[in-house]
Order: sequence, then C-alpha cells, then structure tokens
Amino acid sequence: MSNNQHVYDGADHYKYGFSDGNISVFNTGIGLNDDVVKTISSLKHEPKWMLDYRLKSLHHFINRPLPSFGPKLDDIDFDGFTYFNRAADKESANWDDVPEKIKNTFDTLGIPQAERDFLAGVTTQYDSEAVYHNMLDEVKEKGVIFLDTDSALKQYPELFQKYFGTLVPYTDNKFAALNGAVWSGGSFIYVPKGVTLEKPLQSYFRINSANMGQFERTLIIVDDDAHVHYVEGCTAPIYSKESLHAAVVEIFVGKHASCRYSTIQNWSDNIVNLVTKRASVDAYGSMEWIDGNIGSAINMKYPACILKGEHANGYCVSIAVASRKQKQDAGAKMIHLAPYTTSTIISKSVARLGGETNYRGYVSHGPHADHARSKVECDTLILDDISRSDTIPTNISTNQTSTIEHEATVSKISEDQIYYLMSRGLTRDQATQMIIMGFIEPFTKELPMEYAVELNQLLKLDMSGSVG
Amino acid sequence: MSTLEIKDLSVSVNDKPILSNLSLTVNSGEIHALMGPNGNGKSTLLSTIMGDPDYTVTHGSIMLDGKDVLSMSVDQRSKAGIFLAMQYPIEIPGVTNSDFLKEAINARRESPIRLFEFYRLMEGAIHDLKMKPDLAHRFLNQGFSGGEKKRNEIVQMKLLKPSIAMLDETDSGLDVDALKLVADAILDLHQTAPMGMLVVSHYKRFYDYLHPSHVHVLINGSIILSGEKDLIERIDSEGYDWIYRQYGIDPSNNGKTSSGLLGTCATKGAFNGNL
Repeated sequence: MSNNQHVYDGADHYKYGFSDGNISVFNTGIGLNDDVVKTISSLKHEPKWMLDYRLKSLHHFINRPLPSFGPKLDDIDFDGFTYFNRAADKESANWDDVPEKIKNTFDTLGIPQAERDFLAGVTTQYDSEAVYHNMLDEVKEKGVIFLDTDSALKQYPELFQKYFGTLVPYTDNKFAALNGAVWSGGSFIYVPKGVTLEKPLQSYFRINSANMGQFERTLIIVDDDAHVHYVEGCTAPIYSKESLHAAVVEIFVGKHASCRYSTIQNWSDNIVNLVTKRASVDAYGSMEWIDGNIGSAINMKYPACILKGEHANGYCVSIAVASRKQKQDAGAKMIHLAPYTTSTIISKSVARLGGETNYRGYVSHGPHADHARSKVECDTLILDDISRSDTIPTNISTNQTSTIEHEATVSKISEDQIYYLMSRGLTRDQATQMIIMGFIEPFTKELPMEYAVELNQLLKLDMSGSVG
Repeated sequence: MSTLEIKDLSVSVNDKPILSNLSLTVNSGEIHALMGPNGNGKSTLLSTIMGDPDYTVTHGSIMLDGKDVLSMSVDQRSKAGIFLAMQYPIEIPGVTNSDFLKEAINARRESPIRLFEFYRLMEGAIHDLKMKPDLAHRFLNQGFSGGEKKRNEIVQMKLLKPSIAMLDETDSGLDVDALKLVADAILDLHQTAPMGMLVVSHYKRFYDYLHPSHVHVLINGSIILSGEKDLIERIDSEGYDWIYRQYGIDPSNNGKTSSGLLGTCATKGAFNGNL
C-alpha cells in the first residue's frame, strides 16, 4: 500500500511533508507488552542488563500516571502505535549503499549537501535505526566517538553502561520510562579530555511510517576541558493519524568543558512530542540548549541543566511557535546545586491561529548554591484574538546570597511597526513576518547560518497568508 | 514625471475633523514647504497621503499620475513612489537595517537585488549621511539617537528613490552639521532624479538649504496662504500673528492650542507678541 494516501490535503503547506511509501523490512506490530520489548532487545543482540532495564522501564511506564501538568494527554492510545520498525537490513557506512527511497528523502532534505558544506559528521536516523553514518577523519583522529546509540552499546559497553540512564532514570517520568522500554537509535557522542571540535556534529531524525513511535536515546559525554556543538534536526512527513515521539537526551559536561545542543523541532502537526532533555554540568563547565519548537500537535519539552559544580553555567534559549490546533508547552529547568553557578533562560513564544503556547520554567537555587545568579526572560507574541499563552514560572531560592531575575512580557504585533514597514513597500504579511523574525532573533542568532536560513524559510512558509 | 494631486481633502482622527477641503498639487521637480503652527494638520496631511490607518478620509481625493491613491494599501503607495520620512521613526527590534532595506528594495523589483549591488548602495548612503558603518547590522532604529533616526530615514529615501517624497520635520533633532548633511543628501537625490517634495519644517535654516519652489501655510486644516520663499522669511521674523489678523482667524479656535510650543522650535523671539 502507499502511505501517500494518508497525506492530507494540507500537506503542501508543510515543506517536508512527503512520504516515500512503506519500505519497512521488519516491525513489531501494533501495541506494547513484554514480548515486544524482548523482541526489540533480541533483534539488537543486546546484553542482558539492557533487556532487564527495558522491562523494568516498561513496567514503570504502565503503572506511572500521566503528568499532572501541561496539555491533556488522555486521548493518546499507547496501544495504537508500532514501537519498533526496522527500515534497512543493516547500517550503511557509505552513502551509495543507502536504499534509493531513503536517499531520495534525505536528498530532498539536503543532508549530503550540508555535510559537504560544513558538517563534521552526519548520522541520520530513519525510523528506528541509523541507516547512514559518516564522520570526517579529523573527528576520528581526535578520538571522538560519534555513533548511533545502538552501535555504541555494542562497541563501548563499559562507557555506555557507566552513563546510560544515570541522569534521566526510567523512574523520572512516564515518557522517560517509555523510552527506556523501547528506545532505539539516537546519537552517542564521547569527546575526550581536552578535545575541541570546531565544527558542529549533526544528526537528522525522521519518522516515516504512520503510527510509528520514535524513541531515540541520545547520550553525550563531554570530558573535562572538551568542547562540542551538536546539532539535531527534525522533520517528519504528515500522516492522518498521530505519531508519538518520546526521546531522552542525557548530556554530561565535565570540568571546564562546554556543550551546545541545537535543535529545531519541526515535527508535522500530528505528532505528540514528549521529550526529556537533561544535562549535568561540572565545575566551570557550560551547557547551552538552543531549542526551537515549531512543529508537533502537542509538545512538552523542558531542557534542564543540573549545575552541580561551582561556577557551572546553564543557558537555554528557546522559541515555541504554536499555530492551528498546536499546543506548545515548553520552557527550561535550571537546578543550581553549587556556589557561584549561573543560568540564563530566554524564551520566545509566538501564538497564532488558535494555537496555545505556554512557558513552563523551573529555577531552583539549593542551599549550597551561594551567590548563584539566574536570569529568566520570557516574551510572548500573540498574533490574534483566538490564540493564547500562559507563563508558568517556578523560581525557588533556598539561600540568602543568590539572585533570580524574572521578566515576562506578552504583546501583540504593533500596528505602528506594521505601518512603518508597509510604508517602505512591504506587504502586511511581509511586515508581520519581519517583525516575528525580529522577535525571535535572540534565538536565530544562536543557530548555524544554514539553520537560521532554513528556519526563516520554514516560518515564512508557515506564516504566509495567515495574518489578516 | 509625477504629479500628486490632492483635491478637497477632509480628514478626521477619531471623528474629530483635522483637515477640511484641502487642495494641493505637487509635480516632480517642485519642493513645497508646508508651514503652520503645531496642531493644525501638517503631519496629518503627510500621514494621510502615506495611508496611516489612524487617519480617516471623509471627503476628497488624492491622485498620483491619475491613479487613485486612497484605494491603495500603504505598501502599494510606497511601491507607487510615495515616501514619508517620518517625524517619529519606529523601532523594530531584531530586524537589521540591511535585512529591512533589502526587502524594501526587492518589494519594488521584479528580481531580487544582488547582494553586492545592495551593499554598494547601502554603504554609499551610509557614507553620504556620515552614519556609523555598523548601521547595516544594527536593528532598525533601535537605540538610535533622535538625529540618527532622522538620518536613517534619509538613508532609506536614497535607496528607495521615491517620485514623491514627504519629510515630516526631518530636520528636528538634527544638529547644525547633520542638518546640512541631510539637506545635501536630499538635494543630491533631487538633482539626479527630481522628486515632487512636500516638506514640513519649522526651521528657516532647513528651507534655506532646500530652496522650496512653493510655500504654503496650513492653519485650522486648510491651506490659507501660498507663496514663495519670502513667505518663509516673514514667518521667521514675524510669526503667524499677522496671518491670523489678515485672514480674521481666531487662533483659539484651533482645537489644539499648542502654539505655545512653537517658540521651542522656531526662530527665537519671533512669537513673543503672540502668546
């Protein structure tokens, strides 16, 4: 059968909303139980400890209630998804070996181009497992490990087990448990002591099959004095039935090390995106989350930094754009455990066409976080009368010497600004787009240029003709 | 060759009439000085021609080369060749001058301007107006001083090359040197591509540079007196009192009796007897 039949009429509004038909080589069928988990683990030839971990996660997932906050998730039928889907028989080391259909999809996304142009390495995930993986020799020579997570478990079992699940245990939340049970693919990065990667590492994720859950697991370890920038891009085809995405990202930033993690989440508007992203940051280390949320029907995502060493720094700049039927529940968490830790949260939200965007943030200064400083800035732009936005900040300080600053604004697009731009020849739509792009500039300026350009085009596509 | 023809124009703001039955024709090559005490409708006229949604036309017409300006949206007016250097340019955070100007230039072109060509033009305009070289990368008007904002309006004008250019107190907020710079830039543009200009200013000094071909006095929403340069001289030395007397106008009839502000922006001493 052709999945193209499921692509609804609005598909042409979504730039990457194409589907290349059903190419699945193997899947576990619809539903989730012990057997499905055992099958996944056995197909992957995993060690017993991982199978045990998966089963414990599954049982926790089943018993754990839905979150008590955020968008309503009651309607999700967790038995209605396929939890494992294998698209290619084996991972291809060479681009030429990648199946033609998949390659066409990636060609359309421009990955090889991007790789040639500026990327240090590309690992692409198509459904559940990486089908293409390549790295520049330079990166290999520096001793950097950049693999899909499944391969990392096989090739570096000790390193893997030392870190896996220690920052986001399966008991953390319902969807971390789900990920623990059925995780597949994702990226594994290890940057050895003192190594600096000048160019970003990049990975693309893509959901291709209808009703297909995707549960990638990403583990990044940046050793002391090492520096890395990881870029993750997400696009997905449009299907008539909702798909589920529940990823877990764990990042360990060593002493005097730094990691930047940039994402633009652009899932098609039928995807439920429930992601747990967390970093621990050692003394004088720095973690930066650059987090864009444009797509998905429901998005819950709160990148976190646990600042556990003195002078550790956490930074999160995010945008959330909610349109028709979309609910963006996004924000950041900064947990200060050590003295002189600093954090900054900049959140920019745009709500339009009845979309709903909420900032949900958490900043805590623990009893040992003397002289900690935090700054939270969240600004919302509401484009019409039918869209809505809430700001739900939680700021807790339990010591006398730390400071938390919080600023929040909610505004509409100013008619004076529109008039001014129109008086120079821009149409109302162009003027509106320009003002919105200006509004989210604190985010776009953090992106690699190609991404900034693509984001610009995505939003333009998305906004065109939408503002009266 | 362009002609802007305003006929019997009446305009209100929030149902309050500001302009009544005003008529004025501006041709390419002409510079029209528009004078008059504050609050009598000069800015209203300029904003109405540009299409500011705050102003409602209740009667009359505005035509540009036979085309109905009032039926055009603001951007269409701009693309038709109308430009307004605003009295209070708006700040747009996050949008760089260069991105904005590129889009504004492309809005009136079939195919997008080449980047090299654009930067050459922009750098030329920045240089002519002696603005800081980083202007291209600064956010539109954000954090600009009053004078920088006014000069930036003229940078835009130079790049957009209008056929009808309106200046709404562009000279206020400029220091003596900047005033000459701005006037030279305007004249330079006017000489290479003659525009029809409508200039609102309280300063004789600005008009001395621009040499207006026509001078109008706008009081109570109507042009009650038109003349040539000598009219500016007389207003500069005597104020508006003689006009009130000569035309039997009671200045207190003016809804906004803000003429007391005049002393701050007109030649010192000119209004002492009037207030």
